[in-house]
Amino acid sequence: MSEEQIKNLEEQFEARIVRDDKIEPKDWMPEKYRQTHIRQISQHAHSEIVGMLPEGNWITRAPSLRRKVALLAKVQDEGGHGLYLYSAAETLGISRDEMFEQLHSGKAKYSSIFNYPALTWADMGAIGWLVDGAAIINQVALCGTSYGPYARAMVRICKEESFHQRQGYEIMLKLSEGAQEQKDMAQDALNRFWWPSLMMFGPKDDESPHTAQSMKWKLKRKTNDDLRQQFIDQTVPQAELIGLTIPDPDLKWNEEKKGYDFGPIDWDEFWQVVKGHGPCNKERMKARVNAWEEGTWVRDAAMSYAEKQQKRKEKQAV
Amino acid sequence: MKKNWPLWEVFVRSKNGLEHRHFGSLHAVDAEMALENARDVYTRRNEGVSIWVVESKHITASNPEHNGELFEPAQDKVYRHPTFYNLPDEIKHM
Ligand SMILES: [Fe+2]
Ligand SMILES: [Fe+2]
Repeated sequence: MSEEQIKNLEEQFEARIVRDDKIEPKDWMPEKYRQTHIRQISQHAHSEIVGMLPEGNWITRAPSLRRKVALLAKVQDEGGHGLYLYSAAETLGISRDEMFEQLHSGKAKYSSIFNYPALTWADMGAIGWLVDGAAIINQVALCGTSYGPYARAMVRICKEESFHQRQGYEIMLKLSEGAQEQKDMAQDALNRFWWPSLMMFGPKDDESPHTAQSMKWKLKRKTNDDLRQQFIDQTVPQAELIGLTIPDPDLKWNEEKKGYDFGPIDWDEFWQVVKGHGPCNKERMKARVNAWEEGTWVRDAAMSYAEKQQKRKEKQAV
Repeated sequence: MKKNWPLWEVFVRSKNGLEHRHFGSLHAVDAEMALENARDVYTRRNEGVSIWVVESKHITASNPEHNGELFEPAQDKVYRHPTFYNLPDEIKHM
């Protein structure tokens, strides 16, 4: 294809996105669009899968059967979300194995929030309430994204997420109605998860070089700072309602902007965790790599069994 | 020797009276496992009453590059639509 032709195709492509036409797997797309989507969708998938680890760790220690079935269902949902997203990424021409390889080698990132430990039962509350809450805000914004398979996966995921947040908040609510120790435990979980949750929306707009391109492709419908503000404004009253204090002395309602002003985010911490120096990066990766390696024989055995069955069927048919 | 699990497309009928609709895809070693996995991945909340799975490689898809010759000819065949025909206003039930 000549440069002229490619430029032409690119213009048509951008025009399709502007008029809200969805892009489907076999459609022509600029290479950069393909690569950006592979990166974002696979990292999103990795986040769902790695995100199962901190919560999975608490299933056997859930304080009641009600809590246990809820947490189990939530963690299973996250596994499902990972699978929807891996398939969506595969439609762009990357294999499942390549994506795992990128995750395991550290080439692909996943959401930094999952590199923080879940120390107490209250963390299950804080994670559902805050982490899933922040994820929902990000994901709702993605339901209208331009790549069809990604948008469809997002719609399914968003439908399933709302119970995640509600079960988390219910845990916090119950703890805040309990003994002083339980209240303290809830407050402590909020203290530890508040700032990392704010970081889930990514760097500030003026330090987020891809925002313009992502907005154009509708990979982003609102900027990081807008989404973060939305999260803070909706979460602060929820904390107040159950008597918990947001760990930010600078937090103050701003009547003029009809939103909260808040204190500075520790971006050094954010980048440290992204670069692999968070409290649990190594542990999380080790768990994923082990699961993959120790499962090899199961995958291979299942494949050989299926092939054997197939051969047997063919023989019988003769 | 390492062999990847093939890819399957999943179609779900959400209730009787409706058609099966494409829900997504998954990896499985054979049709039976594909059905079982489809149940867990795509119908955790009563989304379906029937599932079809078909190995992705068996699907033949039209090429969007040929959309012009495939679909454009239908665009100028307005006579296939009822509004093309001029009838007196008094005519009812037609
Ligand atoms: Fe999720
Ligand atoms: Fe979730």
